[in-house]
Amino acid sequence: MDLNLSAEEMAFRDEVRAFIAAELSPETREKLVLGREIGKHDFVEWQRKLNAKGWAVPNWPVEWGGQNWEPMQEYIFLDELQQAPAPSPLQFNCSMVGPVIATFGSEEQKKKFLAPTANLDIWWCQGFSEPGAGSDLAGLKTTARREGDFYIINGQKTWTTLAQYADWIFVLARTNPQAEKKQQGISFILVDMKTPGVTVRPIQLIDGGREVNEVWFDEVKVPAENLVGQENRGWDYAKYLLTNERMGIARIGVSKQRIRRIKELAKIERYGDTQLLDQPWFREKLVSVEIELKALEITQLRVLAEARKRGKHGEADPNSSILKIKGSELQQVTTELMMDVMGPYVLPFAASMDDEDRTNEPPIGPDYAASAGPTYFNSRKISIYGGSNEIQRNIIAKAILGF
Amino acid sequence: MDFDFSDDQKLLKESVGKLMASRYGDFEKRKGYQMHPNGFDPAVWAEYAEAGILSLPFSEEQGGFGGGPVETMIVMEEMGTALAVEPYLACVVLSGAILKYGKAEQIIPEIASGEAIVALANIERSSRYDLNDVSLAARRDGDDYVLEGEKSVVLGGGAAGYFIVAARTAGARRDADGITLLLVDAKSPGISRRGYPTQDGQHAAEVSFGSVRVPVANVIGEAGKGLPILARAVDEAIAGLCAEAVGAMDALVKMTVEYLKTRKQFGVAIGSFQALQHRSVDMLVMLEQARSMAIYAALSVDDADPVARGNAISAAKVQIGRSAKFIGQQSVQLHGGIGVTMEYKAGHYFKRLTMIEQMFGDSDYHLRKLAASGAAIAA
Repeated sequence: MDLNLSAEEMAFRDEVRAFIAAELSPETREKLVLGREIGKHDFVEWQRKLNAKGWAVPNWPVEWGGQNWEPMQEYIFLDELQQAPAPSPLQFNCSMVGPVIATFGSEEQKKKFLAPTANLDIWWCQGFSEPGAGSDLAGLKTTARREGDFYIINGQKTWTTLAQYADWIFVLARTNPQAEKKQQGISFILVDMKTPGVTVRPIQLIDGGREVNEVWFDEVKVPAENLVGQENRGWDYAKYLLTNERMGIARIGVSKQRIRRIKELAKIERYGDTQLLDQPWFREKLVSVEIELKALEITQLRVLAEARKRGKHGEADPNSSILKIKGSELQQVTTELMMDVMGPYVLPFAASMDDEDRTNEPPIGPDYAASAGPTYFNSRKISIYGGSNEIQRNIIAKAILGF
Repeated sequence: MDFDFSDDQKLLKESVGKLMASRYGDFEKRKGYQMHPNGFDPAVWAEYAEAGILSLPFSEEQGGFGGGPVETMIVMEEMGTALAVEPYLACVVLSGAILKYGKAEQIIPEIASGEAIVALANIERSSRYDLNDVSLAARRDGDDYVLEGEKSVVLGGGAAGYFIVAARTAGARRDADGITLLLVDAKSPGISRRGYPTQDGQHAAEVSFGSVRVPVANVIGEAGKGLPILARAVDEAIAGLCAEAVGAMDALVKMTVEYLKTRKQFGVAIGSFQALQHRSVDMLVMLEQARSMAIYAALSVDDADPVARGNAISAAKVQIGRSAKFIGQQSVQLHGGIGVTMEYKAGHYFKRLTMIEQMFGDSDYHLRKLAASGAAIAA
């Protein structure tokens, strides 16, 4: 037993760190540090740098730019990005649609999509959730009707993250309404966002930001060659995609970075005659979260060690649901601590989260305070998306406890 | 990064697991062991000696197996699963560590063979969990120290053939310097003790020292410099205790899940109710978090920097305490009435886990210690 990184792992970590330090734009980093929204440009510029280094899609098959990394190496990479903080490679491209196309797509699809997907020349968004199909995703109602060499898509998707930037969307749609089980009649289809009949409507979240959208499909005509794999097998591909989403799901690096930031700011903030950080009650609260985070980090490493044993194409580990539950709770609780630091300066609502609402008014209070409230409000989504924490508990109850 | 046991460690786990199953597989046997005068059966202790686990942490030169913290973790986890009542933690892990680090090797063979129980006497009426809080006086008189004072909640104290006494030879009550560790023969004139069962079915004793003469040669380590040795040994004991708690929690979670699958109400197994499934999952999450920190404790206990070591141990103890409280309380709740009966095992796990929280510093104590030190645990 040994908790230390190997010499190779440490060298790799240092290489990642040095790369980020040298290549990440200071503006992008500052936005992330201050909790401001990062725009399309930040994502694209950074992912192209990663791609030039060969690090945008390390989890893909080697022939399409993958690196054949050990799970531990992939974890170190994501953790360093989170701690920097730097944007992660766009997950819709890199951990969702890319691996699905690489695994189940046709040769034409691979040639057409994979390289631009890795380089973020194509920005993908995810067309899964619907107003009536959230946790019960297989209950989706969007239809794809076959007409000659086309599918005609009708329906509505929702919670579509960053659809406003997207060039393409991967859609789960019902191709066989008569299928015996609702999971059986679903297909995985790629749709150009510029196709007539596709409409994107932003949904403003409680933090004021507009990161998610409704996407409407009204008689959208899509070439049949955009079907991935076989018709009516889309559910299998979606499940495969979701197992890829698990790596780094706990986002421990994000919480670590935020705790470091909280400590910095709690030295600046005063509490009576002392620094806030010198208040015993505050330190106890902070250390209490740090302990849980340390425990989660080791739990994460244990899950990775198991993943290494199972090999790259093993089954999804239901223990990653433990990581999702605890990791989301800790991300959320660190945003609460950040509000503790800001005190009354959580109150002023600064419209600067969104470029279009920006005014030339000077900010109110310290510049680092403006994002504390919005970040807290926004973070409530973390225990809801990617399979709500209640769904994760269902998974654990069934797959680990055997209920 | 490696979470696997070596082949030898796997073998150790298997053999200790077998031994504990043979001695504790039947819960009624445990009740029998507790009827013995000091709360455990000497025959079981002799089996531990034979199996080599009493000499596990000592070096080969000291007549031991050269086991490290991971080996101790393995044994303690099995003890936790079995709900063992013998003073293994008190004698082998805690006292053993003091003898090892204080270079007082003369009685290690007696521990290894099972002949003698050695118990640490450090707690006093007002000391709570502070190891530096020592009033019991050791006055130098020729080639002897003369001990005067009381020690409280001495784990394994009833059966002890020797005490390791933390005594004050210089300075004021809470000074870090001036604490001397003395090996004291329990038969020495002037010692009286009152043994008693603890809440969890183990044993402890109140021990009083009235003009007890101890040869200067029995100083463990250096006179007046006992605290660092004591602190390190207690950290090892906490790491062992964390592993014991994980063994107990693991068994309790399994037991509770099994109960939910078999207990029927409203015509169905109550485990079919989502509220109870989710509660079980929350118990599992707390268990895995605790297991991670028990591993962290074991792998940190040899840290050369005493501050880093202490911080890691404190962090582990906090997590263990919280997990143990949640799992203990919820398992009793999910069992319903049977969970609060003396006859059924679940309540005994709950009691042991609750006492573990009260030993060597509770969660609040360690949280405060960490907060005061300004430790950066997550970095």
